Amino acid sequence: MTAYILRRLLYAIPILIGVNLLTFVLFFVLNTPDEMARMQLGEKRVTAAAIANWKREHGYDQPLLFNEAAPGLAKVTQTIFFQRSVKLFAFDFGSSDNGRAIGYDISQRMWPSLAIAVPVLLVGLALNVSLALFIVFFRATYLDLGAVVLLVAMMSISGLFYIIGGQFLLSKLFHLVPISGYDTGWNAWKFLILPVIVGFIGGVGSGARWYRTLFLEEVSKDYVRTARAKGLTERRVLFRHILGNALIPILTGVVVVLPLLFMGSLITESFFGIPGLGSYTIDAISNQDFAIVRAMVFLGAVLYILGLILTDISYTLVDPRVRLQ
Amino acid sequence: MRVGAALLALSLALPLAGCGKAPWNDPYPAGEGLTNTLYASFSERPKHLDPVRSYSADEYAFLAQVYEPPLQYQLLLRPYQLAPLSATQVPVAHFIDAQGQALPDTAPAEQIAYSDYLIHVRPGVRFQPHPAFARDGSGAPRYHRLTASDLRGINRLADFPDTGTRELTAADFAHQIKRLAAPWLHSPIAGVMQEHILGFRELGERLAAADTLDPVARVQALREARLDGVEVVDPLTLRIRVIGKYPQFVYWLAMPFFAPMPWEAELFYAQPGMQERNIVLDWYPVGTGPFMLTENNPNLRMVLSRNPNFWGETFPTQGMPGDAAAGLLKDAGRPMPFVDRAIYSLEKEDIPRWNKFVQGYYDSSGISSDAFDQAVRIGGDGGPSLTDEMKSRGIALLTSVETSISYLGFNMLDPVVGGYTEQARLLRRAISIAVDYEEFVSIFANGRGLIAQGPLPPGISGYREGEGGINPYVYQWQDGRPVRRGIEEARALMAQAGYPGGRDAKTGRALSINYEAVATGPDDKSRLAWMRKQFDKLGIELVIRSTDYNRFQEKMQNGTGQVYMWGWNADYPDPENFLFLLYGPNSKAEHQGENASNYDNPEFNALFDRMKYMEDGPARQAVVDQMMAIARRDAPWLWGFYPKGFSLHHQWLFNANPNKMANNTLKYRRVDPVLRDRLRREWNPPILWPLWGLLGLGLVLVLPALWMVRRRERSTAL
Repeated sequence: MTAYILRRLLYAIPILIGVNLLTFVLFFVLNTPDEMARMQLGEKRVTAAAIANWKREHGYDQPLLFNEAAPGLAKVTQTIFFQRSVKLFAFDFGSSDNGRAIGYDISQRMWPSLAIAVPVLLVGLALNVSLALFIVFFRATYLDLGAVVLLVAMMSISGLFYIIGGQFLLSKLFHLVPISGYDTGWNAWKFLILPVIVGFIGGVGSGARWYRTLFLEEVSKDYVRTARAKGLTERRVLFRHILGNALIPILTGVVVVLPLLFMGSLITESFFGIPGLGSYTIDAISNQDFAIVRAMVFLGAVLYILGLILTDISYTLVDPRVRLQ
Repeated sequence: MRVGAALLALSLALPLAGCGKAPWNDPYPAGEGLTNTLYASFSERPKHLDPVRSYSADEYAFLAQVYEPPLQYQLLLRPYQLAPLSATQVPVAHFIDAQGQALPDTAPAEQIAYSDYLIHVRPGVRFQPHPAFARDGSGAPRYHRLTASDLRGINRLADFPDTGTRELTAADFAHQIKRLAAPWLHSPIAGVMQEHILGFRELGERLAAADTLDPVARVQALREARLDGVEVVDPLTLRIRVIGKYPQFVYWLAMPFFAPMPWEAELFYAQPGMQERNIVLDWYPVGTGPFMLTENNPNLRMVLSRNPNFWGETFPTQGMPGDAAAGLLKDAGRPMPFVDRAIYSLEKEDIPRWNKFVQGYYDSSGISSDAFDQAVRIGGDGGPSLTDEMKSRGIALLTSVETSISYLGFNMLDPVVGGYTEQARLLRRAISIAVDYEEFVSIFANGRGLIAQGPLPPGISGYREGEGGINPYVYQWQDGRPVRRGIEEARALMAQAGYPGGRDAKTGRALSINYEAVATGPDDKSRLAWMRKQFDKLGIELVIRSTDYNRFQEKMQNGTGQVYMWGWNADYPDPENFLFLLYGPNSKAEHQGENASNYDNPEFNALFDRMKYMEDGPARQAVVDQMMAIARRDAPWLWGFYPKGFSLHHQWLFNANPNKMANNTLKYRRVDPVLRDRLRREWNPPILWPLWGLLGLGLVLVLPALWMVRRRERSTAL
């Protein structure tokens, strides 16, 4: 397994270079260093000299990808792409374009993101699986049909609707929870209730329906028939046998997103005023802060690759037939 | 089942855990509502909190409470007037000729080589407690030679256990002015000050050599650098020498750019290891003001706390006639600030911000377009009043015209819409009539705007009200008010301009004009469609060239646009700060100035050169009137409108009357926390029946389901 993991980690290097290059090209197709300077320097009384000065200070006065004027290897190394990318591979995210240490900001802002994402994932997983098994229990009945219609309707509604509706009902109308905001430590709990409820309800449509499909595929297999023939109760068949055998696709969906929980939710954080990494990324995009955008995309790619490796490893844990070579 | 029951119990127990006297939806810690705290929100995180760089209202909302420049604006007097702050008096210019001889106050501007401003620093003013001033047992700075091991465990400024203070001196002002010239600090006003402060340009050039030094060495270089135009006469006196005559210079002294900066603070923050921890001057301001920034988390909240070293300024005793009767001078002579803390929470979205205000969790609020109808009714006379819901909560509405302008500009370099021929003027005048700004303000600004008749907004000297102040090319005075000229008149002007029916009389081709619009969202579509409709009244095809703000600025810089919409927010309440937007040598395309229309009329320029040196009075008013007449005749802008600020205030907030020039207004605010706490409880009782209803619904659904499961399990196959 070690060799497999090492091999996968080595594969990750060209992927990360590619992701970095793509981010770089996409960003600079849309934004020029001059525009970035203007964004940072403000709106009033910005002179060409100030722009040039800012670009020089932040290393944006070099060519983007290829330095024609430089000798030898410096043609590649004395470019914005190289200077800004190479440190990423040592996880040195450097400073944002407005001068703040990105690594420090990430370390501070990942906790609020996790505080929402982890409960939403765990509560969602538990309730979606239970609901899906319940529906499967009543498969091919009106209850199943009604549940599927309801789930499809729920997944068709925009997540924004749940957020605004939740804020309206629970905070504005019933005064049960704060409408938005956050606090540190244990004081955060009252701010998390609403986003977690909204996150769960917003995801139940697609989640439960997906799990129902997985379980239905298993329910007609021979081992299920055998289990029933042995006289096991339907509940035991569902929770012990079907759930156990459907774990691989469930794990594929869950484990792969585990590392990405750090990255936060863009809309939820913005509406609920949660200072997580989702709003950090959104702010960076709107402020044209390439240093943060590049760092967050890189981090997202690394975490995604990590998630895929973890998924592969988890297969060996739930299915003894799977071995990584 | 047991797990499910536990989860259910937990989910019910959590909200109940907050059960007590405090409302459940209170976003603040229990009991905090009774503290002498002001609650507000902000939507844009400040980019910079270093007074050398900061230049936006979002930043001044915090910065101006911490830093104290020499001057400030009188809270209640209008037109806006300067008053001393960290100086003891408003400095008066002393004129000097090229030989260094003193000149009388009446000397003509061309004879004046320099103007000296003597600033007397208020004695006994001390900086807020800060580690940069902490001293060890031997009296040496405690934290000026920090090592990596010293910084272990330090992540915030508050992690430094010791603080200190010292008295404000003239050298602190001198240091800050030198900082404005430092290229590595990117001050937006460096270019302006180069033109005015003696030796400023040369200092900037000399400091460029220090740009490559490490941050500590840069601070030392800055301390040792000499600026010819700034002299520390004695510990409490500073002389600033300005090139020529520049009466507007005193207004700059009321901006945070000129707030004193202690070198100790700059050195403290420049040390190795501080930047990595984000402990920087741009994040943790150090001032003498009534408040200090005790929590800077712009992703969540900013907290300003009372500065224990504040020198004890008192509430102003002067106001306009009627202010005393209106209760605006109730606190006259009382020491400020009145609140102990101000908590500003980040609210990016309008809906939660508005609801928190209505629930009483913010003491004041602006009004977003979405919430406008809920808050304000526009009466038949066009005047705003509060809705019954707002009145029932005792909320007060304050309105005021901003010292800013939103206008539609023509690029005067353009061969079609620009130029100074009579044909071009007539075309621009026709468009000025056709674009119905009254309708624009009504539709897109909920009526929150005063139609502009020229570049000067009310409150700025030179502004004229009534018939004498209207733009006669677009309006007529009827029944005591300006009435827009008819569209037929505009069409006639088009014909005279050589475009009958919107077609070029020579070629027969339809006139097409490009509109450079900053439009990136779906909300902009209706605005652009409206604008197209206005031009269509004259048969002109308006081609919308949407772009983001950065590209738009680039186009303006290159002078390639035809028509554009832009605005200006006053730096200071002097007509020069608006009329310079039309001054030829300030054109954007050629001189990188703020004259985006690149308007360059020699007659106007000459009058501007005269006007900028004059003191306010009838003579200056006459010159301004001439300039306005020229600008209206040439019509380089559709004058657009002056935005009106609408703000709502709860009944427990006092002294919230608007002053559009002053940014340091937090110190005037007073709250009644007991009343606030009582009303918050009244307005936000938790309504529990939905919880019980939900529980009941759950039981109604779950119990039959469990019964069905059980029944199904027990049923036989046959």
